[in-house]
Amino acid sequence: MTNLTDLGIAAIRDGFKAGDFTARDVASAFNDAVAGAKALNAFIVETPEIALAAADQADKDRASGSLKPLSGVPIGMKDLFATKDVQTTAASHILEGFVPQYESTVSGKLWNAGAGMLGKLNLDQFAMGSSNETSFFGNVISPWRRNNGDTAALAPGGSSGGTSSAIAARLVPGATGTDTGGSIRQPAAFTGISGIKPTYGRCSRWGIVAFASSLDQAGPMTKDVRDAAIMLQAMAGHDPKDSTSADIPVPDFEAALTGDIRGKTIGIPKEYRMDGMPAEIEKLWADGTAMLRDAGAKIVDISLPHTKYALPAYYVIAPAEASSNLARYDGVRFGHRAKLAHGDGITEMYEKTRAEGFGHEVQRRVMIGTYVLSAGFYDAYYNRARRVRALIKRDFDQVFEAGVDAILTPATPSSAFGLGEMAEADPIQMYLNDVFTVTVNLAGLPGIAVPTGLDAKGLPMGLQLIGRPWEEADLLNVAYSLERAAGFVAKPARWW
Amino acid sequence: MSVDHATVRKIASLARIAVTDDQVEAMVPELNNILGWIEQLGEVDTSAVQPMTAVIPNVLRLRDDVVTDGDVRDAVLKNAPQAEQGFFTVPKVIE
Repeated sequence: MTNLTDLGIAAIRDGFKAGDFTARDVASAFNDAVAGAKALNAFIVETPEIALAAADQADKDRASGSLKPLSGVPIGMKDLFATKDVQTTAASHILEGFVPQYESTVSGKLWNAGAGMLGKLNLDQFAMGSSNETSFFGNVISPWRRNNGDTAALAPGGSSGGTSSAIAARLVPGATGTDTGGSIRQPAAFTGISGIKPTYGRCSRWGIVAFASSLDQAGPMTKDVRDAAIMLQAMAGHDPKDSTSADIPVPDFEAALTGDIRGKTIGIPKEYRMDGMPAEIEKLWADGTAMLRDAGAKIVDISLPHTKYALPAYYVIAPAEASSNLARYDGVRFGHRAKLAHGDGITEMYEKTRAEGFGHEVQRRVMIGTYVLSAGFYDAYYNRARRVRALIKRDFDQVFEAGVDAILTPATPSSAFGLGEMAEADPIQMYLNDVFTVTVNLAGLPGIAVPTGLDAKGLPMGLQLIGRPWEEADLLNVAYSLERAAGFVAKPARWW
Repeated sequence: MSVDHATVRKIASLARIAVTDDQVEAMVPELNNILGWIEQLGEVDTSAVQPMTAVIPNVLRLRDDVVTDGDVRDAVLKNAPQAEQGFFTVPKVIE
């Protein structure tokens, strides 16, 4: 029999439906894989009994002929989604021990679709980071290693690094991510998996620990594009509890995967050709372009002139929104409260609680956000950044109006770096990881990362496709075509 | 624009984060580095656009004015670091 943990979502769904194995077999196999992979530190909480309970329900449902779309499929949940009665921390000390009494809309939809939960996945603290080195619960380690015999621990990317590590290591067949500036696509590219950030408003943000509300979107991370389509189907849809959730129909994403992209127009933006870009990324991009051309797409050169201003605009807008969202962590209603000295009043309680509860990067962003929103600087920083954001979106609007269906770019400026290697660099060097992905959040567009090659060190590299608003189905199909042409099959050998 | 020690203390106070002298010392160059990098936004001619308010056009919906929640006091208090007799408790606020 095949090793069940090598299977993706579609294969589990179909094999379970056909009676090749039981849901309990699947859940047990993944529970064992999770229990045997502590070295990766991908999970903050493991929930084997929840996975088994969902599996037993799925086995009953199959017997009674009432299967759901994800019956028999266990998944991982990024620890940014509130899960009823299961600790939810955003990888922070300030939320350590927080046990939500409600369920996030997206996780609830996945459970209603029949999926089971293997556990809560580690991440960068409050989703702020690109390497998973800001988690209060320790670094997540990528299952990938360089092919030169060196055993240095590599970054799984961030912020959804527990998710990317767990999928690449075959601990889960798929899991949720969230993406504010690239937090689905960059870790997916670092670990040789797929991940889609849908259009802003496609998935409800209700019950997701908020970072930057105008940028945050949930999305699936999976072994391949078909699995991403299946999982996104279950996650997407209107939610009255999120006022920015779109009240528009969700198409059948899996049915859109024909692989036929003849006549589609793919734009190649010249501004994404960065100085100092590694030759391997350059070649990856050129190869991907050729694959889409060979599949019958028309390739056109395009210009997105405000691209270079996306990261600095992001590092005004995201911290501004974060400083406002994180004001709720006050040590009163939930989470950590600092021990107070005799005579301390409520202000000392707030200040000590937040100093103890927030990690360094979170404090830095809250401080930046507080500054750019403060009296006298609001116009110069915050309003200016929002104007630049409007120009970045207009760049994309104009390209789409000119007939471009999707845009092809590298997903990241390099393959995975080693944990700790960026420790001495200034924070801006780390922020540059999101240089190709952050524009997509600022413009609210759907973007997907697909693994298409290995570099000389044997590490995965990915390309990003950017689509028109609400046209995830079309975007997934272009990604499916690229995936088939690239034929990426590499997996990390088990060492953990 | 750049920040000095006093400004960093002021920001920390507005953000309600306790900082030590050493932390302030470290944060001054760190924040100035980031703010200096952000300054490049000043190169962009933004005179023809308004600050973005919604990335995807969206009309706020109204719902029926009915109670949809409530009667969950214990659930609300369950995660409080200190709760007594059905209330959140905090250090004395009024002298």
